[in-house]
Amino acid sequence: MAEKFKEQAVIIRQEEISYGIYSMWLKTDKIAGNAKPGQFISIYCHEGSRLLPRPISICEIDRADQALRIVYRVQGKGTEEFSKMRTGGSVDIVGPLGNGFPLKGKKAFLIGGGIGIPPLLQLAKELKCEKQLILGYQDSLFLQEEFKRLCNPYVATEDGSYGTEGNVMDAIRENGLEAEIIYACGPTPMLRAVKAYAQEKNIECWISLEERMACGIGACLGCVCNSKEKDAHTNVNNKRICKEGPVFRAEEVEF
Amino acid sequence: MITEVNLAGVKLKNPVMTASGTFGSGKEFSEFTDLNMLGAVVTKGVANKPWVGNPTPRVAETYGGMLNAVGLQNPGIDLFVERDIPYLAKFDTRIIVNVCGRTTEDYCEVVQRLASQPVDMLEINISCPNVEEGGIAFGQSAKAVEAITKEIKKYAKQPVIMKLSPNVTDISEMAKAAEAGGADALSLINTITGMKIDIHKRKFALANKTGGLSGPAIHPVAVRMVYQAAQAVKIPIIGMGGIMTAEDAIEMILAGASAVSVGTANFRNPQVTMEIVQGIREYMEEYNVENINELVGAVE
Repeated sequence: MAEKFKEQAVIIRQEEISYGIYSMWLKTDKIAGNAKPGQFISIYCHEGSRLLPRPISICEIDRADQALRIVYRVQGKGTEEFSKMRTGGSVDIVGPLGNGFPLKGKKAFLIGGGIGIPPLLQLAKELKCEKQLILGYQDSLFLQEEFKRLCNPYVATEDGSYGTEGNVMDAIRENGLEAEIIYACGPTPMLRAVKAYAQEKNIECWISLEERMACGIGACLGCVCNSKEKDAHTNVNNKRICKEGPVFRAEEVEF
Repeated sequence: MITEVNLAGVKLKNPVMTASGTFGSGKEFSEFTDLNMLGAVVTKGVANKPWVGNPTPRVAETYGGMLNAVGLQNPGIDLFVERDIPYLAKFDTRIIVNVCGRTTEDYCEVVQRLASQPVDMLEINISCPNVEEGGIAFGQSAKAVEAITKEIKKYAKQPVIMKLSPNVTDISEMAKAAEAGGADALSLINTITGMKIDIHKRKFALANKTGGLSGPAIHPVAVRMVYQAAQAVKIPIIGMGGIMTAEDAIEMILAGASAVSVGTANFRNPQVTMEIVQGIREYMEEYNVENINELVGAVE
């Protein structure tokens, strides 16, 4: 089992990269050096009335400099607090958490929707095989420059303002794309569509799930999902998203 | 300085334990906390068979607190005895197993299975608000509390702690009933039933609609109930409910608790239990307290 650490990370820089979407680089002691694409960190609020850590996916890892990038959307009071943190400030984090994406050498789709897009960036950097990025946005784009440096992404927007009008599945069909393996992270309806597509085409498919969490380390059983196999922990077909996940074989989980 | 406390004949090196359900069986938290430093580890509730628990979302944050409706998902006594007890037995800490059930027979079956195990105490959960049968149903009438305590005592080989619900009109009546049934100690409080609604989606925050409120928001209620129960019974009380710091733990002890359990605070800081142990020592030093037991119920 990979080691986890609790650290006080220092904010290297933070910026709003799209409306309500923030990018934060954190200097860590050991977490970045041990992190893998698809894992997440728990971030703790300074405000004492907010008890639970916020699980946020890792967007980029700079192992040499022990730095991590997270890209998150302001969705409530906790993320609003994070968005106001300034360079040089510190924040308690725990990580790296969860299993991460398995790196395989097959021709891959990397499919991301909305705030599920960020973890695909580090994955794209580490997947050395042939890959196609399909990114779905509601309207305004983010992280495009970073992805373009790796390979030109196919983009879908719901309002048609950029790329394919519609969702990621529309972009795959419109461009006649094919793959042998899928990695996906995004909203549940998107993941359902991706799972159905993978089943129809009979290709390997890995999806990253999210759920409300409390402890983030596998103890509280707050964030389970229904699994085909019995889980090793409780033996009742409930895998812990924070521990056995967040990345699962699509056919392994019901969501 | 003496921090050792005695709970119904069981000696704990210090009064700090973990609240059931927040700490699993210790394994996950052992990556952050030295279990050897704790007075006891109280495990997540275990039933006679595996329980699948409630649908998600199971947790929601509230102001200064959280709601949970996990629904006592657990692996059942077989896997627990095979895996969790041997794991905990490696540490120099006391093992308190929390027991849950749907019927009196369920509870008794688990208690019997634990009789031959290297377990120090049993904590009987008759106060879970998140399961339809059992749980809280046993904890809301004095007669039922006394009856189930008596039944369990027939089979228990270890001292029995009854975990009481705060969702009652008169906690001292429940405390007395457990004592009359033969309980060796009491744990209180379990969570307070609550509800949260997402006003943007007009949906319940929890799939179960209601959940148990825990965290600092409930701490004053817990202190009050521990005080009232301590006035009503002679058996030792384990105080819990929103303990986040050593100061909160001391407050609970002054109200009448012989030991304390730390729950939701583990989610805010996975090392908090060790920090509370240390903080209690610092308080004792500052106030020249030679023996922690001097503080039990010492509020004037």
